[in-house]
Amino acid sequence: MKAKFRIRRKRLNRSLGGDVFLFTFLGIGAVFTAIPLVFLISQAFKPLNELWLYPPQFFVRNPTFKNFVDLFVLMGESWVPMSRYFFNTLLLVVVGTGGHIILASMAAYPLAKHDFLFKPFLFQTVVLSLMFTYQVTAIPNYLIMAKIGWVDTYAALIVPAWGMSLGLFLMRQFMVAMVPDELIEAARVDGASELTIFWRIVMPIVKPAWLTLMILSVQQLWRETGSRFIYSEELKTLPYALTQVIWGGIARAGVGAAVGLVLMIVPIVIFVINQARVVETMSTSGLD
Amino acid sequence: MQPVLESNKGLIRGIGGKIKRISTYVISDLKENKVSYLLVMPYWTIFFVFTILPVIIAIALSFTYYNMLEPPQWEGLHNYLRLFLDDDVFLIAIKNTFVFALVTGPISFFACLILAWMINELQPKIRAFLTLLFYAPALTGQVYFIWKIMFDGSAYGYVNGILLYWGIITEPIQFFQDPAYIMPVSILCVLWSSLGTSFLSFIGGLQGIDTSLYEAGAVDGIRNRWQELWYITLPQIVPHMMFGAIMTITQSFAAADQLIALVGFPSTDYAARTIVSHLMDYGNIRFEMGYASAIAVILFAFMVITQRLVQKYLAKLRD
Repeated sequence: MKAKFRIRRKRLNRSLGGDVFLFTFLGIGAVFTAIPLVFLISQAFKPLNELWLYPPQFFVRNPTFKNFVDLFVLMGESWVPMSRYFFNTLLLVVVGTGGHIILASMAAYPLAKHDFLFKPFLFQTVVLSLMFTYQVTAIPNYLIMAKIGWVDTYAALIVPAWGMSLGLFLMRQFMVAMVPDELIEAARVDGASELTIFWRIVMPIVKPAWLTLMILSVQQLWRETGSRFIYSEELKTLPYALTQVIWGGIARAGVGAAVGLVLMIVPIVIFVINQARVVETMSTSGLD
Repeated sequence: MQPVLESNKGLIRGIGGKIKRISTYVISDLKENKVSYLLVMPYWTIFFVFTILPVIIAIALSFTYYNMLEPPQWEGLHNYLRLFLDDDVFLIAIKNTFVFALVTGPISFFACLILAWMINELQPKIRAFLTLLFYAPALTGQVYFIWKIMFDGSAYGYVNGILLYWGIITEPIQFFQDPAYIMPVSILCVLWSSLGTSFLSFIGGLQGIDTSLYEAGAVDGIRNRWQELWYITLPQIVPHMMFGAIMTITQSFAAADQLIALVGFPSTDYAARTIVSHLMDYGNIRFEMGYASAIAVILFAFMVITQRLVQKYLAKLRD
C-alpha cells in the first residue's frame, strides 16, 4: 500500500519526453565529469610502454602496480623520510580539524541562540568573509605571521585553520534550524549552566554538522602544501612531497597519476561515509 | 561671547553625556552576556586576526611604497593611478578575470542547480553515487593536473593523439601555449572542478523541501515539472541560491591556481593573466608589497560589489 502510494507520487506531473530530455542532459554531465577521473585511474595502472602509445589508448590493457612501487621507491630516496611528511600532514589534519570543530561550535551556539549587542556584527563579519578568498589577504597574512614569529612553524598552518569561516556559518545555520528553543529554556529552568547546555544538549543534536565541518576541514588540510609559510623541509607536508613528483615532468606521468589517486582516496572515503550527514547539514545552509 | 561659550559647554556636556550613556549601555551588555562573549571570542579572535585584520592592513598598505626591507612610505593614490593608467598588463588581467568569471560563474551556478534538481528525483542509492561523482573533482583538489596530460601539446597528448588519428587535424595543437586555446581549455577544466559547496547546498536544500507542497501544487493546477520547478521548488530554495551564489562568485573570481598549473606562469601574451596572478607576480616575485596590496584591494572590491549586486537581485526573486 505504502509502496504503491510512493510510486504514484513520484510520477506526479512527469512526462516521458521530459524524462528523456533530462536524463540525456544528466548523462552528458556525468560522462564529462567521469572521463578525467576514469582516465586518472586508468593512467595510474598503465605500464610505461602503454603510457606513450600512438595512437593513445584511453583504457589500460595490462594493469600493473609498477607506478605505485616506483612512487614508494622515489619517496624512500627523499632526503627527509616519507614518514615525516606523513606525520606532518596527520598532525595538521587532526589538530586543525579538532580545534576547528570545538571552537566553531562554541562560537556558533551563542550566535544562533543568544541575544546580545554585538551579535549581528560578529556574525556578519563572518558572512562577509565568505565573499572573498585568501589571495586578498595573503600578503598581510604573511606579515602578521612574521610579526608573531610563526613563520616556519606548525602553528602557521594549524591556528588559521581553526578560524575557517565556512564551518562556523554552516554550524550556526544548523543550530538555528535544528535546536529547539524550548529544550534550552527547559534546561535553564532546571538550573543548567550555559556551558552544560552547550555541551550536553546542543552538541549531541548537531552531530551531523560537526561531521560536515570535519569533512570540509579535512578536505582542505589534507591538500595543504604549506608552501606559503613553511620553508624547512622537515616541516613540509605530504601533498607538498607528492606534488613534487607530479611536476617532475613527462617521465613521471604514470607515477604522477598514482600520486593523484593516493591524494584522492582519503577525502573520498571520508565523504562517502558521511554523505548523508553532509546533505542533512546542507539542508539548513540557506542564507536569509 | 558669554552665550556662545555657554552653548558650547552645553554641547560638550551633551556629547560627553551621550558617550557616557552609550558606554554604560555597552558595558552592561558585556557584563550581562559575559558567557556568550566568552564562547564566541576564542574563535572570533583567531578569525579576526587571520581574515579581517589582513583586509584592513592591505587597504592601509595600498597607499604606500613597501618592499619589506624599509618601513612603508606614504604615497597616497599613486599605486592606484599607476595600476589603471600605467600598467597595461593589469588591464589585460582585469579583462581576463571578468571574461573568466562571467563565463565560469553563471555556468557553474546553473549547472550546480540543474544537476542537483535532476539528481533529487532519483532513487537514494543512485542519487548518492551521482552526488559523489559530481562533487569528486572539487573534493579532491589538485587532481586537475590530469588535464595537463590529456591536453598535452605533443602528438602523444591524448586529445591531440585522437584528433590526429581521426585525421581532424594534421599537426598537434599547443593547447596551453596558443592564446586561442588557453582560455577555452582552462575554462573547461575549471568548470569540471567547480561543483563544490554550492552543489552540496542545493542538494541539501532540495532534500529539505516538504513533499506535501508538490501534492498541494498538483491539486492547485500545476500541470508539468517546469511549472512545478518555477512555482514551488525554486522559491523554496532561494536562501540556498543566495548562499550558493556567494560560494560560486568567490571561486570564479579567484581562479588562478588551476590556470598557473595548466598554462604556466607567465603565460603566452598574458592570455591567462588574471588579477590574482598579477597580484602574485608583484607580491611573491617583485616584493612590491604596496602595489600588490592595491591589486588585492581592487580584487576585494570587485568580489564584494559583485556579491552585493547578485544578492540584491536574488532577494528580489523571492518577493
